[in-house]
Amino acid sequence: MSASHHNAASHDNHEEHHVVPVSVYLGVFFALIALTWVTAWISTIDLGPLNIYVALSIAIFKASLVVLFFMHVKYGTRLTKLIVGCGLFWLILLLFIVMMDIWTRSWMGVPGR
Amino acid sequence: MITATATKKETKNYLNAESGLKSWLLTQDHKRIAILYLIAVTAFFIVGGLMAVLIRLELATPAGDLLDSNTYNKVFTMHGVVMIFFFLIPSIPAILGNFLLPLMIGAKDLAFPRINLLSWYVYMLGGCFGVFVLITGGVDTGWTFYTPFSTTYSNGYVVMTAMAAFINGFSSILTGLNFIVTVHRMRAPGLTWFRLPLFVWAHYATSVIMILGTPVIAVTLFLLMLERGLHIGFFDPAYGGDPVLFQHLFWFYSHPAVYIMILPSMGVISEVVSTFCSKKPFGYTFIAFSSVAIAVFGFLVWGHHLYVSSQSAYAGMVFSILSYIVAIPSAIKIFNWAATMFKGSVRLETPMLYALGFMGLFTVGGLTGLFLAAMGLDVHLTDTYFVVAHFHYVMVGGAIMGYMAGIHFWWPKMTGRMYPEVWSKVAAGLTFIGFNLTFFPQFILGYMGMPRRYHVYPPEFQVFNVLSSAGASILGLGYLIPGIYLIWSLKYGKLAGPNPWGATGLEWQTASPPPTENFEITPVVTTEAYEYTPQILAMIDSSPTQTTKEVTHVG
Repeated sequence: MSASHHNAASHDNHEEHHVVPVSVYLGVFFALIALTWVTAWISTIDLGPLNIYVALSIAIFKASLVVLFFMHVKYGTRLTKLIVGCGLFWLILLLFIVMMDIWTRSWMGVPGR
Repeated sequence: MITATATKKETKNYLNAESGLKSWLLTQDHKRIAILYLIAVTAFFIVGGLMAVLIRLELATPAGDLLDSNTYNKVFTMHGVVMIFFFLIPSIPAILGNFLLPLMIGAKDLAFPRINLLSWYVYMLGGCFGVFVLITGGVDTGWTFYTPFSTTYSNGYVVMTAMAAFINGFSSILTGLNFIVTVHRMRAPGLTWFRLPLFVWAHYATSVIMILGTPVIAVTLFLLMLERGLHIGFFDPAYGGDPVLFQHLFWFYSHPAVYIMILPSMGVISEVVSTFCSKKPFGYTFIAFSSVAIAVFGFLVWGHHLYVSSQSAYAGMVFSILSYIVAIPSAIKIFNWAATMFKGSVRLETPMLYALGFMGLFTVGGLTGLFLAAMGLDVHLTDTYFVVAHFHYVMVGGAIMGYMAGIHFWWPKMTGRMYPEVWSKVAAGLTFIGFNLTFFPQFILGYMGMPRRYHVYPPEFQVFNVLSSAGASILGLGYLIPGIYLIWSLKYGKLAGPNPWGATGLEWQTASPPPTENFEITPVVTTEAYEYTPQILAMIDSSPTQTTKEVTHVG
């Protein structure tokens, strides 16, 4: 690869950072505390098969708050959102393929049983 | 090769810019951090190698006369843990990638120099845990930590070893993060994605695996620690867990981890083959995208490690098909390198010898992987020496041959010195012969039914084990000799000049060793990758008779 040279200073890649008001951080913080309390409270109520779904829904909502606000993804570039989306997709892929095994294990009988 | 005159005045470079231990331990220069990694990774390679010596000595006879079974279990476990987590995974990315990525893209450093240094300290912290385990009694689970043995029955330091790998994983994540951001944001003006060296493409794909896969093994090992320490049920059926879930989570990372080891090697081979054939790699775009395809498909094949667990046969069929598919992008690379060499003027310098070794050995490793991806055949071959031979052909024959090719190729750039040509070629030959003598008999042993991880075996297997142990001693010599002459070359080697091989990358357009800021002036890329200009070709043509030629920057 051939290259010419120039004296330009390193190109400036810095972008304007979004300044998030402290009130938003405090709001998210108290929401997380409140949801933790809700998780503990709801565990005392027997919702039958819904127990796991309710607990996981609250956990996913809390995680989303952290990712969107504390990790600034809400204010990030499209590339940042794409990368976070890829991570999420990969997690779903992992869970789905593992479940693919668990769902189909009983399809084939066990010899001798 | 082309070397500079011995009288050349030593200029300011990253090695002599600052002095003292503090200047090294607190450095943020990617090149110095690469050297820190080189020293640490080499130390772990020696430790892992000594474990291999013990294994091969023990297996030279059918009886367990050197090590008892418990000690043998610990020795092969530590061999695996050290070699995989502390040598193979960081070797090329953390040493060559760290050193070369900014140079190849015309940047002054990686995007996050402090995080780069942090990654080395995290690696060393993980290493300290590993060494602690090693000297206080070891662990006997195998490097795979399978449950319920690791969580319930093992008497070794399982939690500490898992912690070592857990911590080390963060080092990998930090390196991957740094590489991805650097490639996206810090390319020199004019350096478009399709002008990037294939080494950079390979490291980009590797970084994606590091970022997406490593957190899963970290979580898995954390769950293992919780179950062993606090009896929280994840994998133990007695607590409502599923032991096969551990294997799923473990291999979701650990199979792609093979590609963390092999993809950077493939990047090295692309550079080496192009340089020593003085040709643009055949099918540049295919090679680049095959790296990405390997990274993606490599994530979807982990279930082929679980055929003999209670994994569903239907899931197994899907994994089997996907495992065959992942062979395609690997084959693309091999065919393209061969096509690059076709009708080329191939120069058999040492890095090229290692690259040729890589191509042959990786092909054997890859093809025997297809045997193991076949569900029926795998039932016979699982946990036999066939598997051991297969993954050593990939990891040692592939990853380490690529690493050796890379070290020999860029050593003049890293140190400014050449190594003795004859000795380096002898070492490359010994490595190839020793490797094959060590591991080829293991294919036969495995096919005959010798299981892995046993220190005693029936006498009829001895002849192949003796061959294997004899090969290991030759292989050890093949690694020892470069260790000696590379250190020797630091003081006595000929001065290298900026571009001793007549290569085209940006890293060859700066001094050897490079200055701290890499380039005195930021390069602007105006041509495609691997464009062998008449100037470079003339320089290569004239090199054999002008070994002390003063070399100027090209391009």
